[in-house]
Amino acid sequence: MSNEAILHEHQTGAHDAGHAHEHHHHETFITKYVFSQDHKMIAKQFLITGIIWAIIGGLFSVLFRLQLGYPESTFPWLEDFLGNWAKGGKLDPDFYYALVTMHGTILVFFVLTAGLSGTFSNFLIPLQVGARDMASPFLNMLSYWFFFAASIVMMASLFVQTGPASGGWTIYPPLSALGEASSGSKIGMDLWLISMSLFIINALLGGLNYITTVLNMRTKGMSMTRMPLTMWAFFFTAVLGVLSFPVLLSGCILLLFDRNLGTSFYLSDIVINGKILPNEGGSAILFQHLFWFLGHPEVYIIILPAMGIASEVMSVNSRKPIFGYMAMVGSLFAIAALSFLVWAHHMFVTGLNPFLGSFFVLLTLLIAVPSAIKVFNWLTTLWRGNIRFTPGMLFAIGFVSMFISGGLTGIFLGNSALDIHLHDTYFIVAHFHIVMGVAGMFGMFAGLYHWYPKMYGRYMNNTLAYIHFWVTLIGSYLIFWPMHYEGLAGMPRRYYEFSGWESFNMFGGLNQFISFVSIIVFAAQLLFVFNFFYSIFKGRKVTELNPWGAASLEWSTPIRPGHGNWPGEIPEVHRWAYDYGKDGRDFIPQTEPVGEDESKH
Amino acid sequence: MTTATAQPTTKLWSGGKSPFNVSYGKLMMWYFLMSDAFTFGAFLISYGTIRFSQNVWADPNHVFNAFPFMGHANLPLAFVSLMTFILIFSSVTMVLAVHEGHKMNRKGVEKWLVWTILGGLAFLGCQAWEWTHLITGEHEVLVNGAIQSWGTTVTHNPWGPEVLFNGKEVATPGPIAFGGYFFGITGFHGFHVFSGVVINIIMLIQTRMKVFENRGHYEMIEKAGLYWHFVDLVWVFVFLCFYLV
Repeated sequence: MSNEAILHEHQTGAHDAGHAHEHHHHETFITKYVFSQDHKMIAKQFLITGIIWAIIGGLFSVLFRLQLGYPESTFPWLEDFLGNWAKGGKLDPDFYYALVTMHGTILVFFVLTAGLSGTFSNFLIPLQVGARDMASPFLNMLSYWFFFAASIVMMASLFVQTGPASGGWTIYPPLSALGEASSGSKIGMDLWLISMSLFIINALLGGLNYITTVLNMRTKGMSMTRMPLTMWAFFFTAVLGVLSFPVLLSGCILLLFDRNLGTSFYLSDIVINGKILPNEGGSAILFQHLFWFLGHPEVYIIILPAMGIASEVMSVNSRKPIFGYMAMVGSLFAIAALSFLVWAHHMFVTGLNPFLGSFFVLLTLLIAVPSAIKVFNWLTTLWRGNIRFTPGMLFAIGFVSMFISGGLTGIFLGNSALDIHLHDTYFIVAHFHIVMGVAGMFGMFAGLYHWYPKMYGRYMNNTLAYIHFWVTLIGSYLIFWPMHYEGLAGMPRRYYEFSGWESFNMFGGLNQFISFVSIIVFAAQLLFVFNFFYSIFKGRKVTELNPWGAASLEWSTPIRPGHGNWPGEIPEVHRWAYDYGKDGRDFIPQTEPVGEDESKH
Repeated sequence: MTTATAQPTTKLWSGGKSPFNVSYGKLMMWYFLMSDAFTFGAFLISYGTIRFSQNVWADPNHVFNAFPFMGHANLPLAFVSLMTFILIFSSVTMVLAVHEGHKMNRKGVEKWLVWTILGGLAFLGCQAWEWTHLITGEHEVLVNGAIQSWGTTVTHNPWGPEVLFNGKEVATPGPIAFGGYFFGITGFHGFHVFSGVVINIIMLIQTRMKVFENRGHYEMIEKAGLYWHFVDLVWVFVFLCFYLV
């Protein structure tokens, strides 16, 4: 029994799968739409679950922005929806914290991790590397259902009497460890931890599949450096997830023990309601280390896929090869590697040794180098390009704009000295929302508008898409730009009300403005949701195989590819994915052999 | 087969084949183990951080000195050495099972899988005994000027420094983090052993049902073996951190 036989058997097995599904396999509704093992269907499951979560998470932000923008007003309709959480039409302070916590958790994990990399890694990896499906379609299916289970538990936590977790999305103990500390630290916190543990299993199963598929399942000729940049981005994202999520799992398990078994991992010397707790010897800072060892790579888990998508969409729609392909790959790698070495910059003011802090400052600022390389490469890809302003392209350009704006404030925050003033203010809220939240969403929108024809065989409505883009772009800047000023003035985040606070009274009007714009931006997202679901059934049909004239492999499949992706043989690849505007031709697909007198790139 | 070996090494990454010359399943297992190593790493580093922030810690020679049926005989680390030996020996039997798999010898695979499963179960049994002994075995501790009897639990640690009280040596309460980390980490490892045993039982059933024989190779046994060796390797670190240091 030789190793070659195992490998050989697997390859022919995967090969046959394509034919088998064409002829003998009768799919029922359950196997096609529910317990599907087709990576394309699983991607759509991730996407639609993510969209539902995005609506919920976005709505939460609108609710707490109402409180922040109009602290004196009451909204009686809120009581109709939320009952005791909004007595007399005013949000309960405890529920305000719950909303902020859930907004962060939902958007960071359920939307921008599962919704973004879950959707596009699943959808694009087999299509772009030239595989019938993921390495293990079964584990891939399990991955989604763990995400679904995590969603159910998190959703359930919204409906328990004491409310969902409310200690912030970072759930720092001791607040999160002690049920007596706040109503959100009761059963809601346990459900949060259980949900996140399920979520981590989803991320692990998904990540293992993405890594092995990219490494093992590439079609003939698809060397690593011929892959589109999306593939590199998803690959590094998966590596980050596989290596950083388990550390959060450890942190969550220890926190569960502290909450339910009386251990003292994070607890020491605590007096609560006049009662001295027996816990001794634990360290609350330890949790922060465990949390941010995931937490920092997590922001790159969000942004790397968006970078990959933006690179691909920009190159296709500039009709130019991506500028500096190897530099793009190298900077992705550098960002991925550095992301593991900077977590303590979230902890500069939590009692971290300032001497140790200086190393984290250095490593943090180093990330600016690969980030800048990427930005310059995007700009030079656009430079003198034959740009088509499709909705996807607009969002890709918007992504770069957001990434620059948010990245620059990151340089402020990476300094441990400046951080003393800026930490926990609206400056940091503005920074991470622009560079991670909005940029991540822009990457997702770019991908959705661009690959929608491949996903559903129809186009989304362009007019609605343009309205969506401009409202979102302008609105996002109007929401978050003013927050920088508030933060520089010292206005702290996570506060329920500022009206009684002399120093920040002057921002009352500005807060109202921000809240007003956020409602408009939220409405624009509903426009997108409508466009998305409407177009699935009624959108303009795709009639050509390759509507964008893209060189990558996914456009060589049928308009509505079945399970197995290619009806016949998987095509062989002869060149990289970026032969645009070459030798007088608009583009040359990857499947075309290199001609005799073709120029080198 | 000959074409595969004749490929020049420079073409390994050019697509159409596995660059590491392994199946996707084994690759997945390796990455999973890397991930799991980070889980254990986080636990052990947390343990180290807390332990070295304390002035005193329980002396393992003192805590782990009991042996079943030996009464109160002082046998430091004897029982845990036996446990370690059993677990490492079960790794050897796992290697033999994989080896028989390579030779396509179903009977041999079955035989050595049974021994591996028995080794895993024996280890779990030993751990159950050790935990029970620690939790129920009560020790005199001087608390607020009075003697109390404490077992070793996640909230009580009777293994603090000894003081002279009424003319005899009595222990004082030790750092309570000891119990939490000991039961937490050995428990998490025990859970891994348990799942490994379950996996091996499934492998045994499938072997008996000739699933692998019909498939033409015993790669699943190899993957289960990778997991099993990893669990053993983790034990070496757990053993080092809790019993030796």
